[in-house]
Amino acid sequence: MPVSTAPVLELHRAAFGYRGRAVVTDVDLTVHRGEVLAVLGPNGSGKTTLVTGLLGLSEHLSGEVTVLGTPLARLRDRTRVGYVPQRHTLTGGVRATVTEVVTTGLLSGLPWWRPPGRRERAAVDAALEAVGLADRARFDVETLSGGQQRRVLIARALVARPEVLVMDEPTAGVDRASQLVLAGVLHRLGEAGTTMLVVTHELTALRGIVDRIVEVESGHLTFDGTPEGYAVHQGELARAAGRGPGVLSPTADGAVR
Amino acid sequence: MSEMLSLDFMRNALLAALCVGLVAPMVGIFLVQRRLSLVGDGIGHVALAGVAVGVATRGSPVWSALLAATLAAVLIEVLRARGRTSGDMALALMFYGGIAAGVVIINRAEGAQTGNLTGFLFGSITTTTRGELILFAVLSALIAGTVLLLRQRLFAVAGDEEYARASGLPVLALNITLGVLTAITVVVAMRVIGLLLISALMIVPNAAAQQLAGSFRAASWWAVGLGVVASVGGVSASYQLDTAAGGTVVLLAIALFAVATTVGSLRRALARARHRHAERHLHEHGPGCGHEAVSHGDHVDYLHDGHRHAAHEGHYDEHAHGPQPPPEDSGRVGHEVTR
Ligand SMILES: [Zn+2]
Ligand SMILES: [Zn+2]
Ligand SMILES: [Zn+2]
Ligand SMILES: [Zn+2]
Repeated sequence: MPVSTAPVLELHRAAFGYRGRAVVTDVDLTVHRGEVLAVLGPNGSGKTTLVTGLLGLSEHLSGEVTVLGTPLARLRDRTRVGYVPQRHTLTGGVRATVTEVVTTGLLSGLPWWRPPGRRERAAVDAALEAVGLADRARFDVETLSGGQQRRVLIARALVARPEVLVMDEPTAGVDRASQLVLAGVLHRLGEAGTTMLVVTHELTALRGIVDRIVEVESGHLTFDGTPEGYAVHQGELARAAGRGPGVLSPTADGAVR
Repeated sequence: MSEMLSLDFMRNALLAALCVGLVAPMVGIFLVQRRLSLVGDGIGHVALAGVAVGVATRGSPVWSALLAATLAAVLIEVLRARGRTSGDMALALMFYGGIAAGVVIINRAEGAQTGNLTGFLFGSITTTTRGELILFAVLSALIAGTVLLLRQRLFAVAGDEEYARASGLPVLALNITLGVLTAITVVVAMRVIGLLLISALMIVPNAAAQQLAGSFRAASWWAVGLGVVASVGGVSASYQLDTAAGGTVVLLAIALFAVATTVGSLRRALARARHRHAERHLHEHGPGCGHEAVSHGDHVDYLHDGHRHAAHEGHYDEHAHGPQPPPEDSGRVGHEVTR
């Protein structure tokens, strides 16, 4: 792994949203190579808007955003940032095999006239091996369990060997057998030095993998620190909530900006 | 048969049917994938306005239809990309406006007799001229070539547009390409099955293929095969039975769909009966999982408490050889398959 001091992600007073309307604002965040971040927050807090903004899916409205040393708007090679979306249908209204779905992760890296060849097939096999789906490569994705489908999406993101992996709820609604395999996959990726941003509700599923936590609430960063620091932050919030009926400001104690 | 083939117009008709049967399902599979099965219908409606302008100006209805259909297809994609809810209403206005304008203009130009209008709406394959046939063949080759070249990218965008955008594929350009391919297909199919029935030949063979195939690749080829059988078979049948060609083609496609559905469910029932899952399997086998892997034909079985487990779809199958352990040996309800 090349040792680089340049941050993988650098956001300064950044705002993201849709149709010109900001959903998350004033984000200052620096992520270094090899860090694994959990992005926490309630539904509608803007955490998905924030991470999809890095993929060009939500609009970057203001502030500075640098991805892999390049300003976001000028980032040409999008395959350097892998994306694992949270979704339930993988192929639209038709049948497709696991291999066919994972292969789509390589297409934007090929010239438009070139179909995937032998090298691409080897990359697909390696990605399926990495997520433990090598023996299910030729089955219809719709016949797989929820957790296996989630791993198909991870393989699709991994196949182009991205430097950063953005995942939206990779462990939500996954059966226990898959949950274990999934945790193993994420653990190995972390060990290998892959930078990861994981939007999640379930921190327990990611125990030992995450080394930094970012909390988003009502469109702002309300915490940025270690898992241990986050436990303290939550304890303070609980105490504050127990002490009085007053509404807690989203930027209350513990917020690191 | 030979009598039919000796007729010049029937030879032209069969060749036109072959072109349509090949390309309509090739394009249609992406419409099915995008759950936009009816968009071909809408483009057909707008193409009628193009036909009408061609008829009224004594020009070529094929070229004006091609122009109108292509414009409509591009507009649809632009509206969809803007993502406004009013886009849906705009499409409805465009589709109904197209067919209404077509009817009004053709009637104005041709007087009360609507023979020409019926021909465009429901197909008039036997009036296909040699020049049109050559044009259809060229356009079909263009469609087939483009689909073969771009099929993986069209598949990626139609299957998961958001991911395709995030991964850097030119989503709008690919969607517009698919729209233009749909428009050209509509015009190529116009003579054979008519503007009102075109969508059926793009969609129904694909619906049938989905019952028979297990992969996108296999489904595309099944759909093309079924499309050719329906179109060429339908046109031949319509000659023998003296029925309307377009309607016969579509009815034959639907009959094939019924057969495919029956065959598909029989096959699935047979597969279910021939194998048993390892039920409640709370472990995923893999290299280093702790269970011994043994090769078994084209796959690997894992030795698991005296059972041999092989990955199948989302579960594990029992693959047994040699002595079987007594069923009360484990908490699992599993039977053995003989393969
Ligand atoms: Zn095992
Ligand atoms: Zn076996
Ligand atoms: Zn087992
Ligand atoms: Zn099975």
